[in-house]
Amino acid sequence: MALKGNLRDFSVTQLLNLINVAQKTGTLVVEGPSEQIWVSFREGKLAFARNGQEDGSLATVLYRAKKISAAQFRAIQERAANMSDKELGLLLINANYITQQDIINSLQAYFLGVVNRLFTWVEGLFHFENDMMPPDDKITVRISLENIIIEGSRRMREWEQLQDEIPSLEVAMKFTDRPGTNIRNVNLSVEEWRVVSYINPKNTIRQVAKATNKSDLEIRKVVYGLLQAGLIELVRPEGVVQPATPAGRPALPVTNKEDQKSLINRIISRIRSI
Amino acid sequence: MQTVKMVVTGPFSAGKTEFIRSVSEIDVVSTERKISSEAEKVKDQTTVAMDFGRITVDDSLVLYLFGTPGQRRFDFMWEILSEGMLGFIVMVDSTRPETFREARNILETFRAYAPTPYVVAANKQDFKEAWDLDDMRIALRLDAKVKLLPCVATEKETVKGVLLELLYSILEEMDKNEAK
Ligand SMILES: Nc1nc2c(ncn2[C@@H]2O[C@H](COP(=O)(O)OP(=O)(O)O)[C@@H](O)[C@H]2O)c(=O)[nH]1
Ligand SMILES: [Mg+2]
Repeated sequence: MALKGNLRDFSVTQLLNLINVAQKTGTLVVEGPSEQIWVSFREGKLAFARNGQEDGSLATVLYRAKKISAAQFRAIQERAANMSDKELGLLLINANYITQQDIINSLQAYFLGVVNRLFTWVEGLFHFENDMMPPDDKITVRISLENIIIEGSRRMREWEQLQDEIPSLEVAMKFTDRPGTNIRNVNLSVEEWRVVSYINPKNTIRQVAKATNKSDLEIRKVVYGLLQAGLIELVRPEGVVQPATPAGRPALPVTNKEDQKSLINRIISRIRSI
Repeated sequence: MQTVKMVVTGPFSAGKTEFIRSVSEIDVVSTERKISSEAEKVKDQTTVAMDFGRITVDDSLVLYLFGTPGQRRFDFMWEILSEGMLGFIVMVDSTRPETFREARNILETFRAYAPTPYVVAANKQDFKEAWDLDDMRIALRLDAKVKLLPCVATEKETVKGVLLELLYSILEEMDKNEAK
């Protein structure tokens, strides 16, 4: 049921990853130290965002994006104060003041700004309300989360958290086969593409770091971004002989397969009867 | 008399002791100590909190259940634990997302040490603030092949369910190796 916690322990990046992969619909409510932020998603895509401290109305967003003049803004406030965002948008488009694309672009930039603000919070209680969406008269957008997640990971500075997230560089990476993900749709830097070109279950992260001339911190950051964007997963490197267990002994006493199976079956019957 | 082991691991307070207690025929021997002061906390890092339970299968076979927190600093425990280990269970407290990262790291550490079958138990599913299994699977980065099972460590039937799923995985693994 609950998707609840504190950003201190479960980061915004992790939350967006969860919403993206599970294709969730609903609103993430985060209570920061002095403000509250609502971010709504439809099928795992960013649809809407609002900062409780700000006036996120369409008129204000357009004015701040310099798409309408101060005079127009004032006129709207005087004469169209009761108009919904959708009605106002339609009016402005029909009056040839702005294009539909202007509206979408301005809203997208505004929503992204609100979400990016979340990345700066180290603390904040969050909960996710399934199926709760902004009122019908609000204009929503559809932005995939992969780029937002990768961008957020680029800003990550906390070495310790990265080390926790990727404790070992001796693992390899492979592309996920999750439907609907395509690395080509993601905006990667040249450096990130270089890393991507080495992704292969045969190469450990450490080998990729060496090949691309990256420090431990740099490689972890890139890997973390790709991982949280749901594009790759970590796997045991192929072709590497598993280190024997420290005891160096096989888990089961070496007997024949049938004996081993019968042993397991005996345990199964016993546990069923407890 | 042959003995085999299963290891129950996971973060502090995930429910390892409770899990073993639910099915063990002996009182769980717990070496865990209450951390009462800062001084004790420091000292405690050199001791290992371990639980120990037993299930007698028949007159020639005994299954031991070991509970261990599985932090990296207890690496040396592997010498003891890995011998005769059939598989392991990672317990996760479904109500505490702040422990998911640690659970994942424990899982990865164990997996690197012991290439034996394992399952993950989403424990404390009786609480209403428990996370959904689907969300936990993503947060814990478990791929579709890994069994993530609902669990209430205080209820014997769900504990049995988790143990049985691990045993089925062990059988499947044997069949796979046979096919090779
Ligand atoms: N309600 C409920 N309580 C549980 C469950 N599992 C464990 N607990 C309680 O959670 C606390 C921590 O469990 P414990 O077994 O000591 O955790 P450990 O540190 O992993 O050994 C104890 O008070 C248990 O009784 C569960 O599934 N449901
Ligand atoms: Mg315990």
